[in-house]
Amino acid sequence: MNSPVKTKSVTASDVSGLFAARARWHPLEIIFWLAAFSTIFLLPSKHLILTEIAILALFALSLDLILGYAGIISLGHAAFFGFGAYVAGLLGKNGIITEPLLALIVSGLATSVLGFVTSFLVLRGSDLTRLMVTLGIALMLRELANRYRDITGGADGLQGIVVDPVFGMFRFDIFGHTAFYYSLGVLFVLFLIARRIVNSPFGLSLRAVKANPLRASAISISVDGRLVAIYTLAAAYAGIAGALLTQTQAFASLAYFDFDRSADLLLVLIIGGTGYLYGGLIGAVVFKVLHDYLSILTPQYWLFWMGLLLVLIVLVGRERITGWTTPLRDLASRLDWRARSKKS
Amino acid sequence: MLTILFDGIAYGMLLFVLACGLAVTLGLMNFVNLAHGAFAMAGGYITVTLVNRLGVPFLLSLPLAFLASAAIGLVFERTLYVHLYRKPHLDQVLFTIGLVFMAVAALDYVMGSSQVYVQLPEYLRGRFDVFGVGVGRYRLLIIVVCGLLTIALQLILSKTRFGARLRAAVDDERVARGMGINVNRVFALTFAFGSGLAGLGGALGVEMLGLDPTFPLKFMIYFLIVVTVGGTSSITGPFFASLLLGIGDVAGKYYVPTLGAFVIYTIMIVVLLWRPQGLFARSAAR
Repeated sequence: MNSPVKTKSVTASDVSGLFAARARWHPLEIIFWLAAFSTIFLLPSKHLILTEIAILALFALSLDLILGYAGIISLGHAAFFGFGAYVAGLLGKNGIITEPLLALIVSGLATSVLGFVTSFLVLRGSDLTRLMVTLGIALMLRELANRYRDITGGADGLQGIVVDPVFGMFRFDIFGHTAFYYSLGVLFVLFLIARRIVNSPFGLSLRAVKANPLRASAISISVDGRLVAIYTLAAAYAGIAGALLTQTQAFASLAYFDFDRSADLLLVLIIGGTGYLYGGLIGAVVFKVLHDYLSILTPQYWLFWMGLLLVLIVLVGRERITGWTTPLRDLASRLDWRARSKKS
Repeated sequence: MLTILFDGIAYGMLLFVLACGLAVTLGLMNFVNLAHGAFAMAGGYITVTLVNRLGVPFLLSLPLAFLASAAIGLVFERTLYVHLYRKPHLDQVLFTIGLVFMAVAALDYVMGSSQVYVQLPEYLRGRFDVFGVGVGRYRLLIIVVCGLLTIALQLILSKTRFGARLRAAVDDERVARGMGINVNRVFALTFAFGSGLAGLGGALGVEMLGLDPTFPLKFMIYFLIVVTVGGTSSITGPFFASLLLGIGDVAGKYYVPTLGAFVIYTIMIVVLLWRPQGLFARSAAR
């Protein structure tokens, strides 16, 4: 890129050109989404598990926003997932909003409020304090949901949730076809928004904050402000993921708040790699397929294999594990003829 | 009222023995070890096996549990943990969560998923009255054992050469290395000792806390609360934090049972916001 000496020759159009280059679609990205949408026709019998993958991918995307882009370690991201799930469930159960999309948006907004409020708790302290606070919030919410059983159904879960057909036309069916189209659509739209945000100047400033908060604040980036903003956004995403699960299952339970869910999510993201948006999506696919396969092998001791996987990933090194995507990315940049012509 | 206080103190003392190893690990190497509870669980299961299957006297099984857990701790430290000290916190968290999951599933496989009990000898059962306060014999034993351990720990830390080295390493690892202290060895020994203490705590806790394969997950948050609230720069901090937590938890469960553990989590978050370095940390904490 430009050396500091030449900065005076950089014009506004250069800068916007730079951002446009960052935001350009790679051919591989297009292939990825074509493949994702082709499952609608190619794998109609797998739509139930594909729905779960889509929801998990959205949830992982949400964690990636704060972990991969802002560097906040969270052990309690399930708090937002569960909160969104219960908001959507309560809206549907009490007949307040039975329109699924509207309920989804309201759940997302409600969760973002929770994220905004709790973000100030996360700003303080070291990694360990953050771990504790995020974990503590998830546990507190779980206790609350357990305590007010007349509202939430307690340990029995929230049942009798009414969800109208999507757009008033597509009823949720028993084979999960509608649920899958719906989840995949929501995932795609939210992914586009996340992609736009990450490639914006705001996204770049987040990376600066992650790399070095002190220097970031020295070039007048408001560190706390950025962290609050991204944490709120990530909470909304997680809440929407939870709400999606509630709507497609017509059920919500205390297990949504569990520590296991937050830990699983970390594993998903680590498999796929942090700090680029596809990490969560790829990780979700690999995780669910592994889960399916290993559960058939030894249904009870899936936990053991997951633990072993985590240990091995760390011992081998996360960079090397997620390094398998690097050839793909290289290929992508080589395929990208437009980028090359620009450089020369 | 006094009985609750007494039970709370016993519970707190137990928590302290369980968690003080974690405080040292965290303070010395800045290592986030979420798998600490697994060592405690190992001690608990060793005691249960020794007492119930082999007929070893309960009091004799306690030091055996300590030694076995310490040995396991030493092996794990030398073979696995040693690679992770320089890695980021995220790696440490992932690794130790992985270890916990493996321990949980492995013990489920070997020992079954149901809760296990230890057969206490006759003289440790029941309770007697002292000036109208009901005192459980077993809880009295816990207070005595843990109290002695605490005093011994304090003496080791403040009076012995090893304690001085340990304190030096905690205060400033690099300078300690520069002074010729073998920090790695100090740390390995301390880790083993901390794991042993956790194992002892787990053995003592079978009767009070209950023991099943999910033990490390259930109590992880308690250990972490003790350490974060108490700070990692001394052992008096975690000690008072454990007592507070023990009494608070027992009293909370007695007076407002419907709130469950809610009180504890709230207190923890408030304390962390008020003093992120821990309630009893020195101001110059790292």
